[in-house]
Amino acid sequence: MAAHRCNIFMLVFVLCGLTYVFVRADIEDTNHVKDAESVAVDIARKANIGASLRSTKTEDQTQAAEKERQWEAETNPADAPSDNKADHVHDTMQNLDSRPAPYAKDQTQEAAEEERQWEATEVKEADHVPDTMQTPDVPPPTPAKDQFQEELVIRPLHSGDIYASFQFRTMWDTDFLRGSKVSHYRLFPKSLGQVISKFSVRELHISFTQGYWRTMQWGQPFLPSPPGAELWVWFQDTVTDVDGAWKELTNVLSGIFCASLNFIDSTNTVQPSASFKPLGLGNVTDQRFLRYAVLPREIVCTENLTPWKKLLPCGSKAGLAVLMKSEKLFHSSFHSQALHFRPVCQDWKCKSTVWELRQTLNVVFDLHTSGQGKREWSLFKMFSRTLTEACPLASSSKVYVDVTDNPQGELFELSPTTPLLSQAVVLGDRRTYSVYDLTNQATFGQTRSLNMLLRWRAAESGDMLRPLLHGERYVAGYGLQTGEIHTLMYNNHPYRAFPVLLLDTVPWYLRLYIHTLTVTSKGRDNKPSYIHYQPSKDRLRPHLLEMLVQLPPNSVTEVTMQFERALLKWTEYTPDPNHGFYVGSSVISALVPSVVAMDTNSTRECPLFSSFFPCKEESSYFMRVYTEPLLVNLPTPDFSMPYNVICLTCTVVAVGYGSLYNLLTRTFQVEEPSPGLAKRLANIIRRLRGVPLL
Amino acid sequence: MVENNVDTTGYTLFWFHRLMIFYGLLFVVVEGLALLDLGVSPYAGDVFHETPLIIYFFHFVIDYAEIVFMMADALTAVALYLAVKDYNKTVFRKQKYALEAERYPLDCLELIRTPKEMYYIPLKVAMFYLLNPFTILSCVAKSTCGLNNAVIALFILCTVKGSSLMSAIFLALATYQSIYPLTLFAPALLYLLQRLYIPVNWQRSSFWLFTTQYTFMYLGSLCVMVCLSFFLLSSWDFLSSVYGFILSVPDLTPNIGLFWYFFAEMFEHFRLFFICVFQINVFFYTIPLSIKLKEHPIFLIFMQIAIISIFKSYPTVGDIALYMAFLPAWNHLYRFLRNIFLVSVVLLACSALFPVLWHLWIYAGSANSNFYYAITLLFNVAQILLVSDYFYAYLRREHHLTHGLYLKRKDGSEATLVLK
Repeated sequence: MAAHRCNIFMLVFVLCGLTYVFVRADIEDTNHVKDAESVAVDIARKANIGASLRSTKTEDQTQAAEKERQWEAETNPADAPSDNKADHVHDTMQNLDSRPAPYAKDQTQEAAEEERQWEATEVKEADHVPDTMQTPDVPPPTPAKDQFQEELVIRPLHSGDIYASFQFRTMWDTDFLRGSKVSHYRLFPKSLGQVISKFSVRELHISFTQGYWRTMQWGQPFLPSPPGAELWVWFQDTVTDVDGAWKELTNVLSGIFCASLNFIDSTNTVQPSASFKPLGLGNVTDQRFLRYAVLPREIVCTENLTPWKKLLPCGSKAGLAVLMKSEKLFHSSFHSQALHFRPVCQDWKCKSTVWELRQTLNVVFDLHTSGQGKREWSLFKMFSRTLTEACPLASSSKVYVDVTDNPQGELFELSPTTPLLSQAVVLGDRRTYSVYDLTNQATFGQTRSLNMLLRWRAAESGDMLRPLLHGERYVAGYGLQTGEIHTLMYNNHPYRAFPVLLLDTVPWYLRLYIHTLTVTSKGRDNKPSYIHYQPSKDRLRPHLLEMLVQLPPNSVTEVTMQFERALLKWTEYTPDPNHGFYVGSSVISALVPSVVAMDTNSTRECPLFSSFFPCKEESSYFMRVYTEPLLVNLPTPDFSMPYNVICLTCTVVAVGYGSLYNLLTRTFQVEEPSPGLAKRLANIIRRLRGVPLL
Repeated sequence: MVENNVDTTGYTLFWFHRLMIFYGLLFVVVEGLALLDLGVSPYAGDVFHETPLIIYFFHFVIDYAEIVFMMADALTAVALYLAVKDYNKTVFRKQKYALEAERYPLDCLELIRTPKEMYYIPLKVAMFYLLNPFTILSCVAKSTCGLNNAVIALFILCTVKGSSLMSAIFLALATYQSIYPLTLFAPALLYLLQRLYIPVNWQRSSFWLFTTQYTFMYLGSLCVMVCLSFFLLSSWDFLSSVYGFILSVPDLTPNIGLFWYFFAEMFEHFRLFFICVFQINVFFYTIPLSIKLKEHPIFLIFMQIAIISIFKSYPTVGDIALYMAFLPAWNHLYRFLRNIFLVSVVLLACSALFPVLWHLWIYAGSANSNFYYAITLLFNVAQILLVSDYFYAYLRREHHLTHGLYLKRKDGSEATLVLK
């Protein structure tokens, strides 16, 4: 009964919120709400992008969204027993019971539920109930202008590796767009803020990754990133010279991050039409304002980490950032640091927008092999540091440890134990986490330091959930003349087909032949419903291929395309030309059907790692998969002999010219034998003497 | 629609051919058509460099591509057969008049060509074209070079037949396809003037009248073709993508020519200079050759075609096949050729070594680019020697026809001819 009452409350809450928002949207002239709606609509539309890609008028979108929302609200009571709509407002222990358990392990969780105390959910419930009463009139107290949150998620992987993911979120409440010059910075890094306001950046996503994320062994990362450096930027629609701004921005960022981003030029920049939609609020969906570039060759190391750490309000002095010591971080199987800047709603009503800066750092440690076969880890083992305090500027500072597979403690033992548990829906899966709140002094105990220790009991961990979608890529063929790029996309869902967007950026020196494109799944032709192909221009721009492919359930879809390798000018080769040339990863973006209901309320308080990609539908979640980058060899000239070649070829041309010139200018004459030397001398003397010549 | 045309089994064969015929393969035309199907301009990328008319043509006949290429070759052979037959008649008539006028020295009788030996020449020319391995290779690889050859052969036929309008149209078509046949304008004009008994004389108004007329026909039809191309795709992109591509040589894929390795190894600040030098080199010979050979325009055509096929930016074996087809027409020059044995051996050896060294470089990895480059150099030297040898022999025969075959020195001993 409690569940139903709660649901009704939530319903009232949602309806009130919506009416308020719509009334405000009509009255106020601000675009914020429209922004929010259109973005939401856009994300929903990704599934059927083939139909129309151009942004329609925001009014239409708002109306459409309105209808959709109302429809949702109406249907809410109807489907209460099954995938409960209201649970996207709050995950409560109560409505867990009423939902059919998607996986067997949920049942084991239920047993644990009784004993454990769930983190703050009840309390929040209580907090929000009064809200629903007074929603339209009195907004909740506005939060502090700038905010900083930090969190660390540790997930033991099934392969025996440990995945540690740091996320730092800085909220920046400012309005640099309206021409007001921002000179005062509190928590937001000034170096970045100035750049962003100078180049009128709407969204900026940058990642530096060393190593390749092995989806089949490790599952999905919270934030995917391709090997090397990736940069994509949405500019404000006020920017007129987007290419110029992009060029300058890459150079500035190159300086800020000590990275070779200045190698981004027109030959590796593309404007994807569908794959990279804005992740924050915004009604700009015109790809003219988007630039995307990948540098697969970029090596990530300490010099990139240090400037990245400096952007944090506490630097690496306090909080979670003290763990980031490069000697340990770079001694890992996978290292990825990223920075995402985007506009988001300030509060749950989305009256105004704030700028969100998310800094993430993902590391996979292979402690299994380095620890002499003993499967145990601790913070100290991983980072050679322990936690002693939260960052004083942080409004929240938490460490999450994934204990989903270990509800009874039969697999591993975690110490010190924490009474707090939290549940979050991440990537279509409901996970349970032990939470250590660093702002609470009790967490640190008597030793004044927190060093989590996880000791495995069982030798084998349970079965990993196979990722529903993953991709592979390789080059087929032999020789240096031609080749074939194969991209494999796996849909591991047992019965649901879903569409994916495949984005391929291939440098110009691999000349793709689009007419050799084949897409096959289950041995049959699979015609893409949408293809956007931009052929390359030599030394000017790369190939861009985007297509929407429907992946049948439980299948492998293979995309192949032939290419020809060009011979470059000798100055265009890298210093190690026989190492090969890198081709950036393919990007597979998809709305993957979810087994558990996804959380569609993006403004709700939830762990940072679960709230990056905005979610529009409960039944599916957005996922991006990067394939391996390719290493392709090109035919090389002999670099040691430019002079020889110039001389030899010029000689051949001169032979042609000379022989023709000879024949053209000379005439045939009877050869008169020339007299010998003695005779000629004698003739000279005779001429001097005036005697007849011989 | 497109997938059916290029059968997958033929790909291995195709990639092998790609080595000798880099430029203008049907494969690329199919790519252009596929781009059009996707709604992208074929000239948006840097793969397709054929003219819009070719794309329009293949839009209709793509399903019968093999037959089209075979028919193009057959057409070339027939046109060459008829042209050479007609030309031989003219040569014979001229020779008869000269004999009757007793203009030939008496000891030149053995240089006089007999109807018996001239009877099989047209057939030999046609067979030399059709049975040339280079032609067969070009046809099997479905290179659009076969079509260009057909256009040039038709141009020669119309010129020899004296139809100035058709000659101008076909010449314009050949120029439109690849700029270089522009240099054939001079020999065609000379031949047509000769046929109409108009002397090349700057003072004569009839000379100017005909020249202007022919130029206008040529430029007019060229203009029509370019405008037609514009209306087919409604953009001027093709100009830079077709002609800019030929002239500025951005693509350095190995072929049998001289350009690719030279510009791959070129220092960046000299690139423009050498591109200019190499391109001017192709067009440069037209004026001196026209002056030297103004009495012999058909031989001039042969010379021009040969020079184009050696010095053009993306030569293919199909171009070589066209000028080699003319060699039987000059078999009366055989006695004056100096190093035909050496040249033919080198040409044969190089043709055999091309695929071998290509394989060693690209597939086996046991050789590097210099090996293949060396063979292209040798092949081109052999071609140059072949052409200049024929030129020499032609000039020498003409010299003997005026000065007698057995020349004597002043002291009465047997003399040797030298170029001075």
